[in-house]
Amino acid sequence: MKSAILVFPGINREHDMARALRLCAGSDTAMVWHTETALPDGTDLVVLPGGFSYGDYLRCGAIAARAPVMDAVRAFAAKGGLVLGVCNGFQILCEAGLLPGVLMRNAGLKFICKDAYIRVERADTPFTRGYNAGQVIRVPVAHGEGNYMADSETIARLEGEGRIVFRYTAPDGTPSPEWNMNGSIYAIAGILNDRGNVLGMMPHPENHVEDLMGCTDGRGLFAGLGGHFAA
Amino acid sequence: MKARVTVTLKQGVLDPQGKAIEGALKSLGIDGVASVRQGKVFDVEVPGGDRGRAEAALKEAAERLLANTVIEDYRVEIVG
Repeated sequence: MKSAILVFPGINREHDMARALRLCAGSDTAMVWHTETALPDGTDLVVLPGGFSYGDYLRCGAIAARAPVMDAVRAFAAKGGLVLGVCNGFQILCEAGLLPGVLMRNAGLKFICKDAYIRVERADTPFTRGYNAGQVIRVPVAHGEGNYMADSETIARLEGEGRIVFRYTAPDGTPSPEWNMNGSIYAIAGILNDRGNVLGMMPHPENHVEDLMGCTDGRGLFAGLGGHFAA
Repeated sequence: MKARVTVTLKQGVLDPQGKAIEGALKSLGIDGVASVRQGKVFDVEVPGGDRGRAEAALKEAAERLLANTVIEDYRVEIVG
């Protein structure tokens, strides 16, 4: 398995992501600078990590979404290649039109940096096959703009087509506005594109992959991807 | 030529920043403010004197970058 990790100015989780991919998926990893116009040969997975690309100027992810490398990512996704965006990466994928909707300022206005409980709604995707459907995992969030929004038609499609993959819930998996910390519509923490090969999520699974981190609930995502490509 | 692109949140889109500003104005004791919506203003210098061309370029700029049309509206004005 070969992963290409995109690096934009202001991104800061690329090394965490590379470590998680190597450790849990046995993946080779390459850092790909935003000015590149092609992905490395044999890329299986493209990852847009978290951070603050371009200082969140204009809108979170807006400027990175127009970087030269994103044309290569669009072409890769159009051929069915797997793309994962985490946090700022999710925001960039929405701004690039690879995922619908937008991530707005958290409803409570505060930057939220703590563990979230998210329910894995489906286990039949390459990104979630390392989990069981309905399983609740504890994964950190660190964002000021994670409040997912889209027009009602889009939301109905996401829900109807089973493309809401992760939802914020209470630790026991029950829906609760109190645990939907950023105010996202339908408590959306992660979604798939219509073809099922592009996933965006706000929480950081790469930061819960080793005992030292206090929790290893994020491993399943990377191990699942490793399994997908080994299968 | 000088132009201005104004980007505002669409009606019905929650604006927590505007709400916070509204609250701060109230706490300052400034009367007569019913509500606040926050937006963005881009002042742009456009070379040449072709008004139609400038408007077309700025419309494209707004559509492709300055505004996220999922949640925002925009307005282009030539201001002189």
